[in-house]
Amino acid sequence: MIKNYFLLTSLLLFGFHSFSQESLLDLLVEEERTEYTTASFKTTRIINTQSIENLASGVLDLKISHRFGRVNRGINDFFGLDQATIRLGLDYGITDRLMVGIGRSTVQKAVDGFAKYKMLRQSSGKVDMPISLSWYSNVLVVTQDFPNPERDNEFKHRLFFTHQLLAARKFNSGTSIMLMPTLIHRNLVESTQVDNDVLALGLGGRQKITNRVALTFEYFYVLPNQIDDIYKNSLSLGFDIETGGHVFQLHFTNSLGMMDKQYITETTGDWGAGDIHFGFNISRVFTLKEPKRKPNE
Amino acid sequence: MKYLLTALLTGITALAFAQSKFFTRNGTVTFFSSAPLEDITAKNYSTIAVLDTETGNIEFSALMKSFEFKKALMQEHFNENYVESDKFPKAVFVGSVRNLSMVDFNKDGAYDTEVSGEMTIHGISQRLTAAGQIIKRGERISLQSKFILKPEDYEIKIPDLVRDKIAQEIEVTVKAELEELKR
Repeated sequence: MIKNYFLLTSLLLFGFHSFSQESLLDLLVEEERTEYTTASFKTTRIINTQSIENLASGVLDLKISHRFGRVNRGINDFFGLDQATIRLGLDYGITDRLMVGIGRSTVQKAVDGFAKYKMLRQSSGKVDMPISLSWYSNVLVVTQDFPNPERDNEFKHRLFFTHQLLAARKFNSGTSIMLMPTLIHRNLVESTQVDNDVLALGLGGRQKITNRVALTFEYFYVLPNQIDDIYKNSLSLGFDIETGGHVFQLHFTNSLGMMDKQYITETTGDWGAGDIHFGFNISRVFTLKEPKRKPNE
Repeated sequence: MKYLLTALLTGITALAFAQSKFFTRNGTVTFFSSAPLEDITAKNYSTIAVLDTETGNIEFSALMKSFEFKKALMQEHFNENYVESDKFPKAVFVGSVRNLSMVDFNKDGAYDTEVSGEMTIHGISQRLTAAGQIIKRGERISLQSKFILKPEDYEIKIPDLVRDKIAQEIEVTVKAELEELKR
């Protein structure tokens, strides 16, 4: 009996004692929350391809992208820097999940417009979602002269469509990998020997080196027997450098065109032969519309 | 005898817990950086605060990712490049009210206080003393304080390139409305 009292007393006292040593914050049961993964990539593009990132609602992004000539042109062409092709683009975030953009490329004098919608967001905690998933669609209008003027050409023959699923996972704070099953529909092709529809699978990723610098890569594998043998798979390697409101992306790629149908189905450069283009993308964002709940209220 | 003792002990224990702890999950922490090129404000609306009116102990906890900025990119850079939220998700303050005897929690009123303790941000702990106010109004206790933090004290590196955009001294404002913690 006595023993029991002793036990009870010491238990209660011990309980009280340990309680008074505890941190006050431990008194509150932590509410389980969903933590959404952010910043899987530095910007909305990996190199040529879209990344899983979206612009926040109300943010305008001016993108200036350059690709130079092939480095194997040698010193006479200053390793390709004498020739520059560009794409000027404007992207805008309509909501945090939906962004749209337009652009104009030197290559094929092409005008493009796209929309990208984030369907799933990678998260942990209350809602556990292993990947982020986005849908991307693009229409490209080639405005340069038709290659075969004798043919009965109509406006629709200038149109090219791309549809893409972007499935990305940020494995840790530095490493993100993305898979991109892609369908490209071409209203006009070079010959009846090739398909109008082209399926390709892309793989992209980034590895942070420091907080502000990251290595990036992307590769597109075009499934066999769809396009002419002269075309190569697109491979690009680069790095992202971020300084305040700018992101600089410097890279080497065997593709000259910067739009999906151009680099996925029309890349002629061969890495092995030195047909490599140096290029860069510059991104400058402008916050046109601030979040509704203003932090400085 | 046995029941009496049990009841007594339980009673004492319960008494020690009762009515001395106040808390909130919706405290606000604002920081303001004023630099030649840019003023930056960020606000956290979900700061946890707990006050023990008996001991004067006080603790705050704020998730770094819950700080909201006007510019989305700034918020990303704050988390990615400066405070490294993935590695150090929270800012925590553990301290006590130094002049507790000046505060009468049984009487409505505003009491000037000084709180000192340890602030942990970015994995670095520093002593911090801040002046503030405890306002008792009915069932509620409000806390207010304003103090200065230096990013370099917490090993938050600011590159020279953005020196003119981010102040070396950040003004932090804390506001919390606490209610009784019922157990």
